[in-house]
Amino acid sequence: MAFLDLFIVNKSGGLIHHRSLSEKAPQIGTNEWLRIGSTFHSLHAIAAEASPVRGKIDDGIELIESEGLVLCCFQTRTGIKFVLTAEPGTGYLQKVLKEIYVAYTDCALKDPFYELEMPIRCELFTQAVNDVMSRFGNR
Amino acid sequence: MSKPTSILDRQIMRPKNDQVSMSAFAYLYSELVQYHQTRVSSISELEQRLSSSGYGVGFKVLELLAYRSKEQSHLTPPISHTVDKPKTKRETRIMAILQFISSAVWKSLFGRPADSLEKSIDHADEYMIFDCNPITSNFVSVHQSSADAYISGIIAGVLEGAGFSARVSAHTVDVEEGESRNGYIGLPSRKDKAVFLVKFAEKVLQRDTALER
Repeated sequence: MAFLDLFIVNKSGGLIHHRSLSEKAPQIGTNEWLRIGSTFHSLHAIAAEASPVRGKIDDGIELIESEGLVLCCFQTRTGIKFVLTAEPGTGYLQKVLKEIYVAYTDCALKDPFYELEMPIRCELFTQAVNDVMSRFGNR
Repeated sequence: MSKPTSILDRQIMRPKNDQVSMSAFAYLYSELVQYHQTRVSSISELEQRLSSSGYGVGFKVLELLAYRSKEQSHLTPPISHTVDKPKTKRETRIMAILQFISSAVWKSLFGRPADSLEKSIDHADEYMIFDCNPITSNFVSVHQSSADAYISGIIAGVLEGAGFSARVSAHTVDVEEGESRNGYIGLPSRKDKAVFLVKFAEKVLQRDTALER
């Protein structure tokens, strides 16, 4: 089970958090990540519009599967998107995303010194994500 | 008997399960800190404001605890003279009031006694109360001692109400190996613990040494 990257996009499309979760993750510069974040945000919005079946508010891209990559996205009610990339065949993606969401609510939202929609610089959040990763056996 | 309608109608004697969710407190406290942050220009001003917010709480907690312990001893029916009835004693000594704070006040506010109480070796008028997981800075990543200023205000309020004027400040120290206590489920364990430094006024120390004789 190898998770590659985690990135979090806020509701205006800006990247607020990114980290690579293993050594197999591609080495991409920070600017590239910002671009990837905003591109994904736009694609997510377009996919919601282009869908033939309009469902709930959190329509959009949920899962992208390809030969070399699996990408899973979880959108919250407030428009924040948690995106996880992993090697094909990795399970529990949705569950891990939910756990990371819980870690986000605990460590970022309850921190009075964290400004909403700004890049997450909370030590506790990094540690909590580490804990989630070690629980799901990332090697 | 009609059901109590507002909090003022409720009995002052504590019901068995009167817990509040940690998340509720965390969000409320986070808003309190953010409210003050928009109105100050420096971090020490923020600490002062949080401290004065806690000051009032300290006064009231002291009164409430004294009242509740007196009520309990008043309500126990008169039994045989061999059993001791708990009496509310007004603390007049420094160690006694500090022990009251680190056990009774901590238990009623946070559900557990403080981790330890120590007297400083370097200064005769300084004492330290340790807490590994203060609830005010549970979710804070930076500036933890600033968030704990609220608790130092509570301690200062209790001391002032009991007649011991003191200055209380909050600091963080690293947790030594093997000493860390598991925090709350789901949260990573903290690398540092909070210490509340209590510095008594000169006349309080003089009074204490006079009482010792």
